[in-house]
Amino acid sequence: MKIKRKTVYGYLFIMPWLIGFLLFVLWPMGQSFYYSLNSMRITPVGLQFRYVGFNNYLDVWLKDMFFLQELLNFSVSALLRVPVIVVFALIIAMLLNQNVKFKGTFRTIFFLPVIVASGPVINQLVDQGATSIPMVNQDIIVGLLSQIFPMFLTSAIADLFGQIIVILWFSGVQILIFLAVLQKIDPTLYEAAKIDGGSSWECFWKITLPTIKPIILINTVYTLVALANSGQNPIIDLIYANMFNATRGYGFASAMAWMYSVIIGILLLLIFLAFRERKTKHTI
Amino acid sequence: MAKSPSGFIQVFKDPTLSFKEKGRLFSVKVNRFLFGMNDKKGFLMKLVIYTLLLCIGFVYLYPMMHMFVTSMMSLADLLDSSVRWIPSVFYTDNYQQAFSVMNIRKSLLGSFIIAFIPTIFQVIVASLVGYGFARFDFPFKKILFGLMIFSFIIPPQILMMPTYRLFSEIGLTGSINAFWIPAALGQGINSTIFILIFYQFFKQTPTSLYEAAEVDGAGQLTAFFRIAIPMAVPAFIVSFLFSFVWYWNETYLTTLYLTSKSTDITTILLQLQQFEQNYEAMYPVTENSPNKINEGIKMAGTFISILPLLIVYFFLQRYFVESVDRTGITGE
Repeated sequence: MKIKRKTVYGYLFIMPWLIGFLLFVLWPMGQSFYYSLNSMRITPVGLQFRYVGFNNYLDVWLKDMFFLQELLNFSVSALLRVPVIVVFALIIAMLLNQNVKFKGTFRTIFFLPVIVASGPVINQLVDQGATSIPMVNQDIIVGLLSQIFPMFLTSAIADLFGQIIVILWFSGVQILIFLAVLQKIDPTLYEAAKIDGGSSWECFWKITLPTIKPIILINTVYTLVALANSGQNPIIDLIYANMFNATRGYGFASAMAWMYSVIIGILLLLIFLAFRERKTKHTI
Repeated sequence: MAKSPSGFIQVFKDPTLSFKEKGRLFSVKVNRFLFGMNDKKGFLMKLVIYTLLLCIGFVYLYPMMHMFVTSMMSLADLLDSSVRWIPSVFYTDNYQQAFSVMNIRKSLLGSFIIAFIPTIFQVIVASLVGYGFARFDFPFKKILFGLMIFSFIIPPQILMMPTYRLFSEIGLTGSINAFWIPAALGQGINSTIFILIFYQFFKQTPTSLYEAAEVDGAGQLTAFFRIAIPMAVPAFIVSFLFSFVWYWNETYLTTLYLTSKSTDITTILLQLQQFEQNYEAMYPVTENSPNKINEGIKMAGTFISILPLLIVYFFLQRYFVESVDRTGITGE
């Protein structure tokens, strides 16, 4: 009886989302999947379909020269960038959560990236070159790193350095999410730990980190998806270009987007698993 | 050592202390000053915190300052390379021109409507759905949860065309309906991330609280309003802010849904997109009035587009601090 009631309540609460999902997501998703199985032409008369089965998917892997390469590039750079962004955001959020002077002003300044990164301003900034550090000499870093790491990793790390400011700009959302969850931690917990002789360092590992761990996961997911779907990502550009390409067309682009989402989904799954494993270790 | 060191100078003036002891007390003081004691942070720690905050803050602030200063410059100042940071005169013509080019009253109102109404729906629905996922166990929950996340990672560009066709078939395009109805059904801009945030916040609330409420005879909605919501105030603030900013900054969807059909709704960001064309139409270049658009006017337009968001944030960020006390009371 109790289980049944819970089911009813659960479905009642998620009902709006479920309806929206069936109507506004599943239907377009099905359509886009159908497109991906067809060779599509957008003609003045309407859409023309020619069923080609999974050929589009094969072509994405076999005939497109850029997709695989860009996908590899993206995966490596995401693997480096996501942790950097998340850790950086956590540090900043913890600093902002402390009793610093001019707290309101600082918090307003650190909200700027949320506004800017989602708006038109970021493109202007990138165009003006306001997002790179001119002082850092890239060649020296590359030369140093190439002695330690293989080349493809070196270029990715050098890229990371070159784009460190862009990374700063894209971590606004994460900072605020962390800040919100840090507010929720009961301050008496810290007081109790301090009385028991715990240092700030221990407090961080024993209290702060376990509490915010699920939020770290959410931020990681958000960061990865935001990077994957940002307009500055070459794969998105590639999909776009194929959409209106005369020889490839919308069907091919849909197939590519589906493959891309599946890969990102696998990456996300790996992240989930990594977090879950550590969780069991902690409880033991 | 019975005598406690009370000040640098007293320590040195005290004739009863030997030179060695003076040195020892002095080093203790310096240590406390630099590294802090118990709860009080030392000078070094503070130095690190402020340096980091200032440096990174500067990275964010610099382009904004540059934008603001440029927007306050007259044409003469812009051309004069010796004027970099402080305009020679207090000049607001750029803003006046930008206001009129952007049709500020109408577009400001439009922006507020487009950002505010879907945001309210989005936040309410996301909190309900997040609560449903966090609080109850039901069949297919994991599958639905996974689907929700997968719907987040599909590049939205590829769903755009089918979605647009669907929207125009059921008559959602061309009005605000295209924004608030998906938001009210949990499919607004980045809805998934809001649901995830709420899910996590509600998950962290101890279940014993809900059980206690149920024992006291509270219904599910009462439990939601009385226990869950007060515990998740920061989540509401953060979600409201993000949603508001994202809807405010949205140009792709607004272009798609609003400008394709003739509507009266326009937003600041749409006006900003067409800024140059509108400017040329409004201030045509003639021989006796050299009205060329310049960087200053463009920057003024851009600055107008972000200023309302900063004001909204400045008022809301206070609640970040207040929510701590409230959760502290209800938490026990």
